[in-house]
Amino acid sequence: MGAGHGHFLHFHGHSALHRLPAHAKLVALLIFVTCVVVTPRTQVWAFAAYAVLLLLAMAASRVPTAYLGRRMLIEIPFVVFALLMPLIATGPRVDVGPLRLSEAGLWGAWALLAKGTLGVGASVLLGSTTEPRDLVRALDKLHMPQPLVQIASFMFRYLEVVLAELQRMKVARESRGFHARSVKQWPVLAATVGALFMRSYERGERVHLAMLSRGYAGRLPFAAELAASRVEWARALALPSAALLVALAAWVRMGA
Amino acid sequence: MSTPVLDLRGVAFAYPDGHQALFGVDLHVHPGERVALLGPNGAGKTTLVLHLNGILRAGRGSVAISGLPVEDANLLEIRRRVGIVFQDPDDQLFMPSVRDDVAFGPANLGLPRPVIEERVESALRAVGMLEYADRPPHHLSFGQRRRVAVATVLAMEPEILVLDEPSSNLDPASRRELADIITSLGVTVLMVTHDLPYALQLCERSVILADGVITADGATRDLLADAALLERHRLELPYGFTLPAASA
Repeated sequence: MGAGHGHFLHFHGHSALHRLPAHAKLVALLIFVTCVVVTPRTQVWAFAAYAVLLLLAMAASRVPTAYLGRRMLIEIPFVVFALLMPLIATGPRVDVGPLRLSEAGLWGAWALLAKGTLGVGASVLLGSTTEPRDLVRALDKLHMPQPLVQIASFMFRYLEVVLAELQRMKVARESRGFHARSVKQWPVLAATVGALFMRSYERGERVHLAMLSRGYAGRLPFAAELAASRVEWARALALPSAALLVALAAWVRMGA
Repeated sequence: MSTPVLDLRGVAFAYPDGHQALFGVDLHVHPGERVALLGPNGAGKTTLVLHLNGILRAGRGSVAISGLPVEDANLLEIRRRVGIVFQDPDDQLFMPSVRDDVAFGPANLGLPRPVIEERVESALRAVGMLEYADRPPHHLSFGQRRRVAVATVLAMEPEILVLDEPSSNLDPASRRELADIITSLGVTVLMVTHDLPYALQLCERSVILADGVITADGATRDLLADAALLERHRLELPYGFTLPAASA
């Protein structure tokens, strides 16, 4: 478990991007990703344009490229899948070096890589420039269903508690000479996961009791409401507006 | 005599699986008192505490808070009047920031936003944690989290503060700081503990709960001086601890 302490994703900073209200940024992300997803994959230039827009936003955030890059590694399983597609897809084949690859597979891989990378990049940028608790507030502000908002809020709050618990269990195991070397030790790991589940479940019940004791009636009230001025909305929507133009242009050229 | 803040009469309770935890508890706590509820593990202390704000309901007997019976119709007001601070602050603090968490109770009471903000500030100031208002709870030390947990119920302006094992897992300095805070608040306190020196330091009066009934009720000093009584209830003073001279 490589996750350290402190913030998992957020990169502390004071750039214009950091200061924008979270719900405006979330709306911007949603529009941007939608534009990317609906753009026809054959309009390669459009994806280059999206990439330029995203790189500009990343530069404006002043979050180090290496930091963003490390967090984008989460995309790797999809990259592996994308690289396999030209090999396993069916249909007409083209020769690329020593390999005979599926044409449809190549296009599929391109679309997955391009759209996926842009989406992950934009999401990582949002995560790096927004405090997790503000993201939760943004979901609340945008009227996401309360159960989903609350699940997100609890996940943010208790992730570290559960990880710390797991870490303590690991230390306690190893203090008694345990080392997971082979499949034979898997039952022990399974028991650990089971115990962690039970503890988390019971903690959930205790948290619920404590909430009821303070008059909980189904809603999490957030003390500081998010608010965005027109200027802030305009700033936040600059990137997705440009992306929208690109998407429209791509569709027009596709039709022509 | 004034209306007791806590008025428990013959409270009996059995869990759905048939295990009976309380067998008729009578307990009165008057405004301004600080009372320690002592008892060994498994005596029913936590079960009793959950009766005070209506999470659990007595199978027989009655619970009233400042004259208001614990009933469905009064539940929100009961939960305002009884502020329970649970043993593990990670159970109590679940909102993304300290400020949000302290605001949780007052917001559930439906108070207007400016009032909530005032309550949050004064509660955090009372426990010396105002400067941490915008931090996420999991970035605080254990002692700080316990103080914030106290603030979360103070913000509801309770008539009685119920503390479940307030000194557990605290280092000596945090323990003393918490004691200073509790004495400075001037509210009625019911403190559930088996930390006998802490009970002596903070509470003039103690009651012992054993096997689901109150078996002793008196001045903390007298109870702690009765070695036979303590031994009967699996309570022990820490090694090397002697009761200070009666001047305190």
